[in-house]
Amino acid sequence: MSARVLDRGLIYGSVVVLAIWALIPFYLIAISALTPQANVSDYPKPLIPGSLSAATMQLFLESSGVAPAMLNSLAVALLTVVVGIVLGAPAAYALARFRFRGRAGFEAVVLVTKLFPIAILAIPLAAIFVRLGLYDNLISVALVHSAMALPFVILIIGGVFVELPHDLEEAAETLGCGRWGAFRRVALPPAMPGLAAAAIFAFVISWNEVFAASILTVRTRTLPAQVLASLSTSPLAIKFIAAFFMVLPAIVLIILIRRYLRLVWGPR
Amino acid sequence: MHRRTGQLLPFTLVFPSMAFLAVLIVVPLAQALILSFATDNGGFTVENFQRIFADANFSDAWRNTFLLLVLIVPLQVALALAIALLVNSRFRGHRWFFLIYTIPLAVSDLAAGLLWLAAFTERGYLNSVLQTAGVISQPVLWLSFDNFAGLVAAIVIAESWRTTAMVLLILIAGLELIPRELSETAELLGAGRLRRTVHVVLPLLRPSLQSALLIRTIFAFQTFAVVFALAGRNLPVLAGEAYSSYATNQDERTAAAYGVVIVALSLAAIVVYLRLLGPRQAEAQR
Repeated sequence: MSARVLDRGLIYGSVVVLAIWALIPFYLIAISALTPQANVSDYPKPLIPGSLSAATMQLFLESSGVAPAMLNSLAVALLTVVVGIVLGAPAAYALARFRFRGRAGFEAVVLVTKLFPIAILAIPLAAIFVRLGLYDNLISVALVHSAMALPFVILIIGGVFVELPHDLEEAAETLGCGRWGAFRRVALPPAMPGLAAAAIFAFVISWNEVFAASILTVRTRTLPAQVLASLSTSPLAIKFIAAFFMVLPAIVLIILIRRYLRLVWGPR
Repeated sequence: MHRRTGQLLPFTLVFPSMAFLAVLIVVPLAQALILSFATDNGGFTVENFQRIFADANFSDAWRNTFLLLVLIVPLQVALALAIALLVNSRFRGHRWFFLIYTIPLAVSDLAAGLLWLAAFTERGYLNSVLQTAGVISQPVLWLSFDNFAGLVAAIVIAESWRTTAMVLLILIAGLELIPRELSETAELLGAGRLRRTVHVVLPLLRPSLQSALLIRTIFAFQTFAVVFALAGRNLPVLAGEAYSSYATNQDERTAAAYGVVIVALSLAAIVVYLRLLGPRQAEAQR
């Protein structure tokens, strides 16, 4: 009996310690971002702050460049979602439903691009985008982000279509729906949450990406690119608030799609 | 499950993705080789590579990239394995804790560096806690340019914290493939938890552990923003030098040469990964 109590104590003890490890940076950044200007250089700082204020945060949001950078990030991420889904969803459906020549090859391409350092290719791409007149343009950033997101979009949507029963779609087809009608009325509706999850994952990839965004832009910065470029000049308080705004939407979105994450990093 | 159909429909569905990836990967790859190996009037040169290989920053960057890789990858796989085994023991509330452990997956490398910066600055929370507890009498300069161990430790902590979540997902997916009956049978035969883990679970989890190690190794060659956030350019890494050559020094040939080195390292690791994974995939399809 006492051995079992000890065993459970050990399990819950380590579980809680690990949870604190996973959460503490979020707590620290939140209280750092909400520290009133007057207390920024206090030392030693209390772990439970005496007072909180959104004043510095407001200053950050009103300071030149931040609001446009966030809007740029948003625009790039939305464009990445559109390109990623438009290109990725049909490919994912084909992989899940059909046997065709070159299928294994395409699967290998998806696997390799998932791991390939696409962001690094922003360096040679910059020269190409300059020639095309797309340098320092959000479209070029979104194109690179789409290439990065595409394999993940295909994996999530493909995983969803594989798990949905195929018989209903075939039945609808034989009953005269036509292939497109059967797809639209029978296959698509139950797959919608999966498509949404893929869209959200693509959004987060783009929202978080910094290397390509920094290489491909000079004035039209996304938020991470702006933060990276001003790392050596901006005061600590500003860095903490910037991190807070980069992290918050990403956390919310990842929690929303938690059930689909195993499709991204599962076996295969 | 799969239906036989004409080749045209699936091909049409797959083609746009294929073409898009080909254009966005093959074209810049060729351009990178041209930039790094060509002279201004179209000749062939290895000068760019000779220059970066002779540069002190390159050897530092090379050393630091591998040092961080060797420290971070095993650490996060070990940590993720411990968490995965805990979660897989299905204690009450394990779903909630699993969710908590996966949250850092949402954090970018840049943001992870800044999150941990709040802990490691001179007047940050680590020094505050240590001083309040009476462990130190004055703030420690963890991130000073001449405190190499401090810089490395901070980066290792921040990056392990961030990427353990990804490894955890790989390992949990691997654990779910292992039939529970195996472990239960071993338990009936009198094997304790430790023996069941070491002799039943870990051998079957080996493919997942291998793929986690390799995936993280591939991504480790791109480590850069977390380093910039915590150490600035005081700790050069390969991807950081690629970025600085381009953005700060406006030297796109040097930047492209760094890029080619990173891509070559990644491709080598990807080939090893596919070699290891190949037979496994064939097995799964049988």
